[in-house]
Amino acid sequence: MKRYYQPEIETASAEQIRAWQDERLVKQVQHVWDSVPYYRKKMEERGVTPADVRSVDDLHKLPFLTKDDLRECYPYGLMGKPVKDCVRIQSTSGTTGRRVVAFYTQHDLDLWEDCCARAIVAAGGTDEDVCQVSYGYGLFTGGPGLNGGSHKVGCLTLPMSSGNTERQLQFMTDLGTTILCCTPSYAAYLAESIHERGLRDKIKLKAGIFGAEAWSEEMRRDVEKQLGIKAYDIYGLTEISGPGVSFECEEQTGMHVNEDHFIAEIIDPNTGEVLPDGTKGELVFTSLTKEAFPLLRYRTRDICVLSRKKCSCGRTFVKMAKPMGRSDDMLIVKGVNVFPSQIETVLLEQGYQANYQIIVDRVDHTDTLEVQVEMTPENFSDSLARITDMEKTLVGALKAMLGIYAKVKLVAPRSITRSEGKAVRVIDKRKI
Amino acid sequence: MTIQQISVFLENRAGQLAEITKILADNGIDLRALSIAETADYGVLRMIVDDPKRATGILLDSGYVMSLTPVLAVSVPDAPGGLTPVLNLLAEGSIDVEYMYSLFTHVQGKAYMVFRVSDEAKFTALMQEKGIATCTPEELGLK
Repeated sequence: MKRYYQPEIETASAEQIRAWQDERLVKQVQHVWDSVPYYRKKMEERGVTPADVRSVDDLHKLPFLTKDDLRECYPYGLMGKPVKDCVRIQSTSGTTGRRVVAFYTQHDLDLWEDCCARAIVAAGGTDEDVCQVSYGYGLFTGGPGLNGGSHKVGCLTLPMSSGNTERQLQFMTDLGTTILCCTPSYAAYLAESIHERGLRDKIKLKAGIFGAEAWSEEMRRDVEKQLGIKAYDIYGLTEISGPGVSFECEEQTGMHVNEDHFIAEIIDPNTGEVLPDGTKGELVFTSLTKEAFPLLRYRTRDICVLSRKKCSCGRTFVKMAKPMGRSDDMLIVKGVNVFPSQIETVLLEQGYQANYQIIVDRVDHTDTLEVQVEMTPENFSDSLARITDMEKTLVGALKAMLGIYAKVKLVAPRSITRSEGKAVRVIDKRKI
Repeated sequence: MTIQQISVFLENRAGQLAEITKILADNGIDLRALSIAETADYGVLRMIVDDPKRATGILLDSGYVMSLTPVLAVSVPDAPGGLTPVLNLLAEGSIDVEYMYSLFTHVQGKAYMVFRVSDEAKFTALMQEKGIATCTPEELGLK
């Protein structure tokens, strides 16, 4: 059985990988300097020119990019190629300003799909497999990314997209799906549905590739047991390409970063100082080969650790741990990015006070989001119908802002603790 | 003629109601009627008290979200079917009842109902035609 999609790359020597990175970084910095005035200005402000970046050792000289930069440059400000050369847009959920819009040339798509293909082969995928892609299709990178990767591997690809569980299960059993790609919570939900319907003997699954959400080792074992599969993690972000920035191998001890395309750094989120491998810090990515959206030193805000320990799978790419948290206040709920400030904006618009609390939990493997807000004299009425109407309006406004349902819980005034200093706005009860 | 009803926002958790009634009792406020409408998470407590103005001050000082609403109090015979003529009027006039509840009194042979309806003026006029009077606060011993 084929163990690697691109063996000469995935098992290359450390020296070879480093040589690729040096060469590509120099080229990429020049490309960005020439085509992205915004970043060029940032470099000039630091007194750095492309001539100062001769190898990966010079990477630390380059300025960081953050989500704020992306917001400032929305929509076209960080584009590295003219529109005529770009063929695709992908985007994150969220409202304008928080939304990330990324561009791809045909070449970018090709390399992104290679990265996803590596993940599928690492999960045991071959051209004999039936691969059911149950990530959302459309602007979300999950569906298109794994779909492309599955084609490259030569799997018979089922572009199911998310939702419609009955249909998912019907295709899975009728067509004999062997590889399932979706979010871990949806995998858990499907596993339960299979169990409830007594379909366990009718499925032929052998592997699952589950990402876009944090999930625990316990949840992995649960799903593996229920479905009789091996479950692999996959990591990515729209800013850098999408799923496949890193992926798990059979050792299941971290995700190999596709280092021929991305340089991973760990920095101190407060000082920006680069930290040695094995130290916990914020994960930063540099795209080496992206043409249309070439981000250099993009701060992911994910807190993570890198490990160069030799892997039994034979891959030589550095491994990153599952992200352990965030260095900003962003929450990921049902795979969707949620910022407390978005919720605050809606509450103020709807005449509620900015004193609120966000409770995130995971019930039956599915994320739940609850916003507790204090009743105000202005919003109060002797009529219950009027209060519930206002509540419905608020739920609708939150859904429009966040893209997901949030339960609203009206509570008594002054019942949410006013803390001195930094308010505790978010209570995350999920055990991940 | 209307009387003042006090509506208070209550979270659905143990002890909330006892807390309010204690505050009122400690301040010598007499409860004349009480009704609760609720959802799974919260409720609206509606009360008729002997001194709505003073009760309002006390509740606001205690940090409650509340409002004062004018409602109609109607006296009906304290006998089987006593309420029927009034309800028939509402039906005839196509007047919606938002809520209604009964009021405790000590007057022999009489029962009192509190109404919050969609068209108060029409309801009052219809009752007048039939000789059914709405009660004044004084009649009920309210300030």
